[in-house]
Amino acid sequence: MKPGISTQVGAIKLERPTMLASGILGISLDVFARLYKEGAGALVTKSLSKEPWEGYANPTLIGVKAGYLNAVGLSNPGAPYFAKMISSNKTIPIIVSLVGSVEEDFTFMIKQFENVKILGYELNLSCPHVAKVGLEVGDDPELVHKIVKSVKSHSKVPVIVKVGLGSSDYLETVRVSCEAGIDAITAINTVRAMAIDVETARPILSNKIGGLSGPAIKPIAVRCVYEISSKFDIPIIGCGGVSSWEDAIEFILAGSSAVQIGSALGDKWIGVFSEINNGISKYMEKKGFTKIKEMVGSAKRF
Amino acid sequence: MQRDFDKPTVVKIEKVIEETPTVRTLVFSDKVLANVLPGQFAMVWIPGINELPMSVMVSLEKEKAAFTVREHGVASTALYDIKVGEYIGVRGPYGNSFSIKQGKLLLVGGGTGLVPLIRLLTFLKKTDEVTVLMGAKTKGEVFFEKMANHILENNKHQVIAVTEDGSYGKAGLVTDVMERLLSETKFDAVYTCGPEKMMHKVIQLASEKKIPAQASLERMMKCGMGICGSCCVEEVLVCRDGTVFDSEYLLSNKEFGYTHRNKAGILENY
Repeated sequence: MKPGISTQVGAIKLERPTMLASGILGISLDVFARLYKEGAGALVTKSLSKEPWEGYANPTLIGVKAGYLNAVGLSNPGAPYFAKMISSNKTIPIIVSLVGSVEEDFTFMIKQFENVKILGYELNLSCPHVAKVGLEVGDDPELVHKIVKSVKSHSKVPVIVKVGLGSSDYLETVRVSCEAGIDAITAINTVRAMAIDVETARPILSNKIGGLSGPAIKPIAVRCVYEISSKFDIPIIGCGGVSSWEDAIEFILAGSSAVQIGSALGDKWIGVFSEINNGISKYMEKKGFTKIKEMVGSAKRF
Repeated sequence: MQRDFDKPTVVKIEKVIEETPTVRTLVFSDKVLANVLPGQFAMVWIPGINELPMSVMVSLEKEKAAFTVREHGVASTALYDIKVGEYIGVRGPYGNSFSIKQGKLLLVGGGTGLVPLIRLLTFLKKTDEVTVLMGAKTKGEVFFEKMANHILENNKHQVIAVTEDGSYGKAGLVTDVMERLLSETKFDAVYTCGPEKMMHKVIQLASEKKIPAQASLERMMKCGMGICGSCCVEEVLVCRDGTVFDSEYLLSNKEFGYTHRNKAGILENY
């Protein structure tokens, strides 16, 4: 029997374990439709805010060795505009990423999506380069607890928290999120980083500091998934430098039930989803697995 | 050390050419950008200001490339004001390019949209018969006429300037002149780059005559390499799937010719 690559992240059922990571290509329903057709199991939107945000001036994204450095600044058309844009959605598995500073930001945005077909929300509590949101929220366990609790009580669909490496212990963010009743964790966001041009002696990104993504952060992300999975009974989505089927399997063995793909689009473009899906399927066949679930966290037994 | 194409490589401006009172061409040495394909672009970093997608202009000097910029917004004006000896950063090239056809070719450009078309001229065969239409508002804004004639000196060719106020060349819109040319000559291919409304009309006119046509599109860009999604036009990304698209596809795309996205990703009308 051919192995099935469908997977389940808590209550979220996915036909395929490869999701589009937030921040990547996610501003039009047409692009989502295309990526879904190309093999993505779910599409996470750009992080949406209450109001439209223009983001930072360029340079906002550059290549560095083994990855990308970005400080796009969470540019997005705002939750109301976005909800309207995807309101006709019937078949595409969309997860809406939200960013905000206080509970009211999130409850306002959830209201916009009340009648829109989406799989769930992913709360971006880990963007490393925008003030008053993202990691600045994620680093404050009390605030995280308040926001998650409020979002959970207002949302009719599963809620995921995306964590990253800030100035406090990210496992504390995971712990309070679990306590507040979160459905799953995405780990990790980009890692705070920067690049300086030696000729002009200037930081290259307009925001100077940004987030590092791609192969450079993969071992860090695998470690985080492994730690979370070892300490908490919570479904995990692995994110950080997934660019091959081996990477995806590695995350699954560390404890994640699905993976998110972002930077790999830069090298491999949209064919990356089917490439990884096919690789996972072949690996499972070779190793005698019939379901993704059988592999999740199996590296922990050693 | 191998060049990292996605990280800005800093180059020194060696020459500044005044094309018109509001348009300048900045020349610099760069082996990679000197040899890009017509339609490809680079992300150009103006240190401390911004970074812009720019079609790479031809330099007739070996291993040199250039950018032709009109002073317009904050970023383009800062680039326009760069002096000889100052630095800019370049990354890329990115994007696809025009398919090179042979025979009777018609190129229709407006303003700095002529940049990829001038580069296209350097890829044509000597046996091609080439017509270049250059649109401008007024006489003082016509540029690259000499450059086009020079590149095409061994081809059967005509370079026609068209000014809206009739102060130079033919009077009217380039698309009016194009319509007349299409009724006289059977072209084998049409290429266009310039304001989107103009390109939309060019693509429509060529399609009515069943002539294969391609346009090189421009959109607000952040990453330039298919990651941020800012430049999407329906399901395609201008930076990665384009900049060049076939007429057949463009006419099926409901955003082409009508809307573009702002920095927040909200659709705005042209």
